[in-house]
Amino acid sequence: MSLSDFLQTAMSRWMKDGGPEDDIILTSRVRVARNLEGIPFPVLQTDSHANQVIEQVDRALHTPAVTKLGQFELLRCSQLSALDRQVLVEKHLISRDLAEQGRHGAVAIRTDEVVSILVNEEDHLRIQCILPGLRLNDAWSLANQLDDALEESLTYAFHERYGYLTACPTNVGTGIRASVMMHLPGLVLSGNINRMLTAVSQVGLAVRGMYGEGSESAGNLFQVSNQVTLGESEEEIIGNLSGVVHQLIDHERNARRALLYESREALEDRVCRSFGILAYARRMDSKETLQRLSDVRLGIDLGIIKGVSAGILKELMIMTQPAFLQKYYKQELTPAERDVRRAALIRERLRLDDSEVR
Amino acid sequence: MLCQRCQQRPATVHFTKIVNGDKSEYHLCESCAKEKGDLFSKAAQAFHFNQLLSGLLNMESSPGFNAPPATANRCSRCGMTYSQFTKVGRFGCPHCYESFAPRLEPLLRRIQSSTSHTGKVPLRSGETVKVKKNLERLRRELQECISTERFERAAQLRDQIRELEQRLGE
Ligand SMILES: [Zn+2]
Ligand SMILES: [Zn+2]
Repeated sequence: MSLSDFLQTAMSRWMKDGGPEDDIILTSRVRVARNLEGIPFPVLQTDSHANQVIEQVDRALHTPAVTKLGQFELLRCSQLSALDRQVLVEKHLISRDLAEQGRHGAVAIRTDEVVSILVNEEDHLRIQCILPGLRLNDAWSLANQLDDALEESLTYAFHERYGYLTACPTNVGTGIRASVMMHLPGLVLSGNINRMLTAVSQVGLAVRGMYGEGSESAGNLFQVSNQVTLGESEEEIIGNLSGVVHQLIDHERNARRALLYESREALEDRVCRSFGILAYARRMDSKETLQRLSDVRLGIDLGIIKGVSAGILKELMIMTQPAFLQKYYKQELTPAERDVRRAALIRERLRLDDSEVR
Repeated sequence: MLCQRCQQRPATVHFTKIVNGDKSEYHLCESCAKEKGDLFSKAAQAFHFNQLLSGLLNMESSPGFNAPPATANRCSRCGMTYSQFTKVGRFGCPHCYESFAPRLEPLLRRIQSSTSHTGKVPLRSGETVKVKKNLERLRRELQECISTERFERAAQLRDQIRELEQRLGE
């Protein structure tokens, strides 16, 4: 698959497919940090060190152990335009930090875009697996398999006591960061979100708004992840996170039920009004788009809006971002032009579903 | 203050670089710092993203905090100093973990739940690690057996330990 196919193929599997608990959990992601023995970490890397790392990864990708798991395409950041890099960030395939490593960074992406390897970001390798719905165990198992396959030809920096060595001691040990992206409109609308987020951070997990800060997250999207990487096994870390996520799911479902019971009219008005705006508006900025999409998705989940596919939040959340929009319309757009095109794209997308609003 | 390099934009990235004890100060604008694309901008970025960690690290130099004496101030492999680490929040190479081990322990106790790894071990390079961990366990058991006069079991353990030691080529 060529580079342009990569970037033109609008959607990764995590954006298209559903999964367990996907009325609340958009994605599960596991990221594992690994470094190569005997080479300085990226912060002190010279060009030649960086090339060594990229070449070793490239060779490893062509070993039978790895090809058995799928075909990867390795792209150097220096070969990609700023826009293409930004598209990969918006698709969650690379991090913002890697996109900025124009000189030394690279990324290997499996053709289905479920698995990617970030090269020379903060660590030499970050193996990442992203799946739709609540599938943390599957995501870990895929990342783990790829890690084993890579390790057949790469020699990792590993310490008897400290485990996998990472550039930052906040990742040392397992090197694992497991996270879920949650849609929590019920907890936000009922005013319980801050209490929940505080509780979650007290049990050793980190929460952040996906778009925006703290509880102000546009689109009511939150990412919950583990903080500790040393002293617990990968399975324990994922188990703890899953446990808390299940509790959050219960609280969110209860909050939605209560809203429907206590203020049905207000809720119906809110979600239908947002649907109307998305369906007819001629200018939409990113922030309002996320808020309206969140309302519509809630309306779909509660049976208020029918005939619109539930995947619309995930899909449009990515498609309406600046780089993606410009890629879609194949031209550079000013922010004002983007708002117009964004609104047009949303209207077009909604017309795909034969929608009816009760 | 204007950017040292382009003398056009205001300097917003400030840092001190220490090479072999020589201190030089840098004041650059965002785009010049980015353009340099080397340790400087990465260090500045890392600092930005890692203020929390840096905060923790800096506690060590605050008065009244009993930091262990700095035995190794510089990593013998990559040359990073501990004070650079506290600024950047990133180690320079895998060997830094050995070089700064005495100061690392209290840090790990604060930011992690423990100071030793209990998770996955790499299959290939991890074989030695597994054997060493087994050896440790067997040696402890041997000591116990000897002190409780269970000599038959001790003899068995001694044989097992010999075998493992041979495998390690010790
Ligand atoms: Zn400048
Ligand atoms: Zn070092």
